[in-house]
Amino acid sequence: MLNIKDLHISIEGREIIKGIDLEVKAGEVHAIMGPNGSGKSTLASALAGRELLEITKGHVTYLGEDLLDMSTEDRAKKGLFLGFQYPVEIPGVSLVNFMKTAVNEQRKFHGLEPISASDFLKLMREKQDLVGLHTKLTNRSVNEGFSGGEKKRNEIFQMAMLNPKLAILDETDSGLDIDALKIVANGVNKLRTKDNATIIITHYQRLLDYIIPDYVHVLYKGKIVKSSGKELALELEEKGYDWIREESK
Amino acid sequence: MSNPNMTRDLSADLVKLYRANAHVLADNTGEILNMQRQDALEDFMRLGVPDIKNEDYKYTRIEDYLKGNYDVEFTNDPFKVNLREIFKCDIPELDTHVVLVMNGFYYHDNNLSDLPEGIIVCGLNEASVRYPEIFRQHYGRYARTANDGLIALNTLFAHDGVFVYVPEGQRLDRPLQVINLSFSFRNLRITRRNLIITGDNATCNIILCDHTLSAHSYVTNSLTEVYAGKNARFDFSRMQNENSISSQITHTFIHQEENSVVSSNTISLHGGLIRNNFYSRLNGTGCENNVYGLFLGDDNQHIANYTLINHATPNSTSNQLFKGILDDNATGAFNGKIYVSRNAQKTIAYQKNNNLLLSPTARMNSKPHLEIYADDVKCSHGATIGRLDNEAMFYLRSRGISEKEARQLLMYAFADEIIGKIQVSLLRDRIIDMVDKRLRGELACCSNCDLRFG
Repeated sequence: MLNIKDLHISIEGREIIKGIDLEVKAGEVHAIMGPNGSGKSTLASALAGRELLEITKGHVTYLGEDLLDMSTEDRAKKGLFLGFQYPVEIPGVSLVNFMKTAVNEQRKFHGLEPISASDFLKLMREKQDLVGLHTKLTNRSVNEGFSGGEKKRNEIFQMAMLNPKLAILDETDSGLDIDALKIVANGVNKLRTKDNATIIITHYQRLLDYIIPDYVHVLYKGKIVKSSGKELALELEEKGYDWIREESK
Repeated sequence: MSNPNMTRDLSADLVKLYRANAHVLADNTGEILNMQRQDALEDFMRLGVPDIKNEDYKYTRIEDYLKGNYDVEFTNDPFKVNLREIFKCDIPELDTHVVLVMNGFYYHDNNLSDLPEGIIVCGLNEASVRYPEIFRQHYGRYARTANDGLIALNTLFAHDGVFVYVPEGQRLDRPLQVINLSFSFRNLRITRRNLIITGDNATCNIILCDHTLSAHSYVTNSLTEVYAGKNARFDFSRMQNENSISSQITHTFIHQEENSVVSSNTISLHGGLIRNNFYSRLNGTGCENNVYGLFLGDDNQHIANYTLINHATPNSTSNQLFKGILDDNATGAFNGKIYVSRNAQKTIAYQKNNNLLLSPTARMNSKPHLEIYADDVKCSHGATIGRLDNEAMFYLRSRGISEKEARQLLMYAFADEIIGKIQVSLLRDRIIDMVDKRLRGELACCSNCDLRFG
């Protein structure tokens, strides 16, 4: 599904990602872990198409196509979803209107008619229930006045609404208490099928107690320094990132 | 460069024009209108058309828009046409009392048979003759000609417009919709003058729409005086929708007595020049005054809003919020002032101007201003000029929303704060639609007005 080859990314001339290879297949869950500043969020937002990031070298194919050649919105329409670490507040744009526009743009892309009002409401209600997002929030402006946990739930809600093929969740667990974490994880697990894939980016291991990854990668100083099965997360939890720092010296 | 001789020449021409037609004006208008012309003439000769050295007009080269060859209609005879055939407002569901005003003249065939008892809506000139007691009490009392040449100019040439009187305790059941039409086969200079009196405990809601109906240049100087008595409620929405070669200057004077609430909402959709001056005087305690405006400019349009909110008495509240979106080479200005007099303690006054620039060549000047002489007040002002938020753009696009649609959503969201304050819901829906189309660069005109020529 996603194939990253020797990817290098710079911000304002400074290289952040220094050559990454990664392959994600349908049905898989990958976790990318690493200490602060290792380049996790840069990688995530580059895959979603953030403009300020400069791809200096490498290739990324997504569903057989050149991902780096696509606009941000086309990536999304083809099923790539980024769950933001810091969801943006957009005063004046209601969450309902936002989701309706997004769903319809996606449908248009697939040659479908706009969703009917009643189907849309049904879809909203179903997905809200999945992540426990209160209706009073969906009627508000996007993320405006949402608590940290509500914002993260809202990301999973949007993911559920758009039903992506590849979801990249950037630090979705940060700032969540254990109950919110469970709800978010539960949402992700319910959306998991053999046809879609998830990349979970996290600093801590605890989210991985609830979402069991097939692979764990450790990103350090812009490179993947270790890849293994889910047991790697536990090892990291136990030994801390200093262990990686020691090893990569 | 500004040429000081130019405004002088323009002013001299306007004085000449007045002198040559003074007798026609005098013959065709009532005594009260005529009584004020001499003072207005003296004031105008002293002040002239303001140039950019005038602090209140420093961002707007008003003379550039006022000069040129224009016809003036001093009497209301050129058109004995049926206006209802030329123009139909295409907001059919909008349940209003409608009056048409053509080139500044109250249309002779307005049908207002179902107005509630005691409420008067008629032409300004007619009112000056038929209701001299009420008229004299208010006409020219709030719009002082001594401070601004354009106000003097309006009073000098004033001949007609709309007169509204809602007596004490009365309520206008439906909004009154005043449609100002400009229609001519030549370029035309238009003077409009309105007087609206909302008595003690009375309620009145007025919607004002401006349209140019032909591809000619119209220069309009429009002045509205509003009196709101004790506990009166007055709500005023204005839609400005003119062609790109026309210029419109409006002056709105609001005089409020004790515990009255007055709100105005001005949506400047289109026009070559739009200059709006708002003057509010909170003359009694416990007043609330809201002045809102949304302006959308592109091409080479210039849109300027000027406010002066005068808190003359204690315990009143005022809110100003103006938001602008400028694209292409459009320029805009906000020049707003809150004045709190020495005894106006416990005043609460807010002023905010937010602007969105969509192109590197669009320009906005914002000058918020407070002048406070009381010591126990809560006042604030602020201005921002910015671009569309990149983070928000990325967020929207990351959900599959195209760049164009994302811009549209964000621009609309920006404008929504003002539109949401329009109280007549059908009008609000209609304006939502028009602003949406306008922001998409589609024609946002009502029915048969063509806006894009010139």
